[in-house]
Amino acid sequence: MDTSSHDVLLVGGGGAGLRAAIAVAEVNPRLRIAVVSKVYPMRSHTVSAEGGAAGVAKPDDSLDEHAYDTISGGDWLSDQDAVEAFVKEAPQELLQLERWGCPWNREPDGHIAVRAFGGMKKMRTWFAADKTGFHMLHTLFQTTLQYDPITRYDEWFVTRLLVDDGRVRGVVAIELMSGRIQAILAKAVILCTGGCGRIFPFTTNANIKNGDGMALAYRAGAPLKDMEFIQYHPTGLPFTGILITEAARSEGGYLVNKDGYRYLQDYNLGTPEAKPVLRSMELGPRDRLSQAFVHEDQKGRTIPSPYGSVVHLDLRHLGEKLINAKLPFVRELCLKYQSVDPVKEMIPVRPVVHYMMGGVSTDINGSTPLRGLLAAGEVACVSINGANRLGSNSLPECLVFGARAGRAAAEYASEAPAPNGTAQALADDERNRLETELLHKTGGRERIATIRTEMQAIMEKSAGIYREQKLLEEGAEKLRELQERYCDVQLDDHSRTFNTELESALELGYMLDVAETMVQCALHRTESRGAHQRTDFPGRDDTKFLAHSVVYRDPDGSAQVDYLPVTITRWPPGERVYGQKTSKPAGGRATKSSD
Amino acid sequence: MADTITLEIARYSPERDPEPHFQSFQVPVHKEWVVLDALNHIKDTEDGSLSYRWSCRMGICGSCGMMVNGEPKLTCATFLSDYAKHGSKIRVEPLRYFPVVRDLVTELSEFLAKLKKVKPWLIHPNQPPLAQGEFLQTPAQVDRYKQYSMCINCTLCYAACPVVGLDPIFVGPAALALAQRYNMDSRDQGSDDRIAVLAHPDGIWGCTFVGECTRVCPKHVDPAGAIQQYKLTAVLEWIKSFVMPKGADAK
Repeated sequence: MDTSSHDVLLVGGGGAGLRAAIAVAEVNPRLRIAVVSKVYPMRSHTVSAEGGAAGVAKPDDSLDEHAYDTISGGDWLSDQDAVEAFVKEAPQELLQLERWGCPWNREPDGHIAVRAFGGMKKMRTWFAADKTGFHMLHTLFQTTLQYDPITRYDEWFVTRLLVDDGRVRGVVAIELMSGRIQAILAKAVILCTGGCGRIFPFTTNANIKNGDGMALAYRAGAPLKDMEFIQYHPTGLPFTGILITEAARSEGGYLVNKDGYRYLQDYNLGTPEAKPVLRSMELGPRDRLSQAFVHEDQKGRTIPSPYGSVVHLDLRHLGEKLINAKLPFVRELCLKYQSVDPVKEMIPVRPVVHYMMGGVSTDINGSTPLRGLLAAGEVACVSINGANRLGSNSLPECLVFGARAGRAAAEYASEAPAPNGTAQALADDERNRLETELLHKTGGRERIATIRTEMQAIMEKSAGIYREQKLLEEGAEKLRELQERYCDVQLDDHSRTFNTELESALELGYMLDVAETMVQCALHRTESRGAHQRTDFPGRDDTKFLAHSVVYRDPDGSAQVDYLPVTITRWPPGERVYGQKTSKPAGGRATKSSD
Repeated sequence: MADTITLEIARYSPERDPEPHFQSFQVPVHKEWVVLDALNHIKDTEDGSLSYRWSCRMGICGSCGMMVNGEPKLTCATFLSDYAKHGSKIRVEPLRYFPVVRDLVTELSEFLAKLKKVKPWLIHPNQPPLAQGEFLQTPAQVDRYKQYSMCINCTLCYAACPVVGLDPIFVGPAALALAQRYNMDSRDQGSDDRIAVLAHPDGIWGCTFVGECTRVCPKHVDPAGAIQQYKLTAVLEWIKSFVMPKGADAK
């Protein structure tokens, strides 16, 4: 078997992966860096991020206020030491991106412009129109082209982490172009593979978002954290699930029901004003807005559509000039995919699976409990996002923790031993598995798409915006059945060259494992917090559950759930208040929220 | 509108086929379906071996470019209904002028090499420390290069460009537009570094200004405009090199 060897290996070439790669190169230019990505890096899903990236930039703002918004937005499940590091480093990272050429929107005097965003009490979201992720990703990708120590493995799909003697020693990957299965050895591996929205039927996530990194880590023995916290973004286009950015609301858009009524006022989110008010109404947090939609739907005040009920996002009063200047992509997407012109018509929207708060459990430097394995970006759970991420915190999270993980990996790789022959033997095993269980197998009876569709349906039913024990148990049972049927999956494609069906089969395996951790964590958390709402346990329970779920894979393949304490530094658990004057950043009341 | 439509899809497997051929599939026509949805329908229900790239399904990742009835298109933004109206078939092929890996998948490594060749990164030696804040750039200065920064690397412009067809080493529209994106950025000082690649027979002077690249660009980048603009710059630089000794011009 062919083998190549590096010091630090990144799995994934999106915002976090590319930022990490540059960080490694900056720490030690002698380190050999590999970026292994199943797509060309500029195709990574960071490209779809629209609204912006939060980082304190203006004199009226402070790091403490950004921290408080993040922590209260996360319903006090964020680790506050991580949040403090995050808010401090986010502006520097965004500035660094400016120095690399990112075309940020500007004030008339040439300084960086910022916009409002949901759950944020101050304007602090940097933006490049409504294509912020696209511009960040291309800026990062183009910047990496000048670093010679970075070797790219474009369109290589990672199937396994090589773990020997308690350390990660590299990966096994398939080169899609040739079908070659190869060990890529490394002293340190950083997972930067993003999220897994494709586990659900209706998602903003790209086809490539299958929880690869989460499953790789989980199978290798590293724990996942807070997997029950799944973000529904309140405004997706029906059928396609295309995201209509929160920036549409921060620029002044209204959410209205079938009667044209701004229904969020009925859900403890403040009173409607003509102009957007920070941390109020349409600028409330995503979990609360998506939950409000469900209630509005139950009251029969939504609008039926062939692809589920919708409400309307009304931008008409913003005018063509503002929409073209600040939200051109929103207009383009609505015209193209919905045949609706937001200048003249209201946009039909419904909540859509968007982001995973949970992920591979890491410390503040991206390290996991498994030596030599790190993670950053959406695949990781540091945790800054707690039970609900605020819009525009994920892009800077990729940068801050990508850079931190890169630096930590560089340090580790400078001292770690080179991989030995055992890793090679493990890689041979993996190749045999791929060839006998999938590529050359005949006689299987299950189609990939059938299992995938059934998985997505049961996940929406059991682990959607509202959950309850009975449905979660049904979900767990169904997933067990699907795991069994997955063993009987049959490929039509037995060729080596660009075998996307083999890739889909492996991705489905990843998603089934990750789905199981979500359902198990959701079953065990008998409280409601942020994006995890149990109809049978409607209150937040800080006595029992001011804690991170951690889920390990048992040798028999089952998921074991345990808990870790949340790090509280300066903000004791309090009530989440939106739509009114918030309490001062340094002291919320220690009461339980009742919603 | 017809209930179903025929997709004639180019198939090619280097392990099996001496040369590409077409295979027909019947797919339902739903109002919301794009060509990519039809391909996914075929792959999920009929033939899992059909190979193509896709990811975001919202016209921003640049993966799913193909020839649709002879035109380079993003298949995630090309609706079946636009073709079904005329009751015609839809012919789907890999993007023209690229080597074909398999079915609808093209080889992109040459394109990536061309991108790198034009040094598409901000060149500004001796930057002040980060603590001094951002480079100031007015909205008007952003507007000078913004359009050229919108390229999603979908390579439709290469499939549309007859010069690429005749001369595979021509740097090509997207890479030239990207170079101009940095040249026009007030923060960049790298135009001298890029001129050798750009003002070369395989650079801008390869372009015969057919303008097809601009016509097919799904993001309105206008590579043809970028190339014409740069031709003027290059000529002025060339004249200046006679008038002024190198390095004497003020930046």
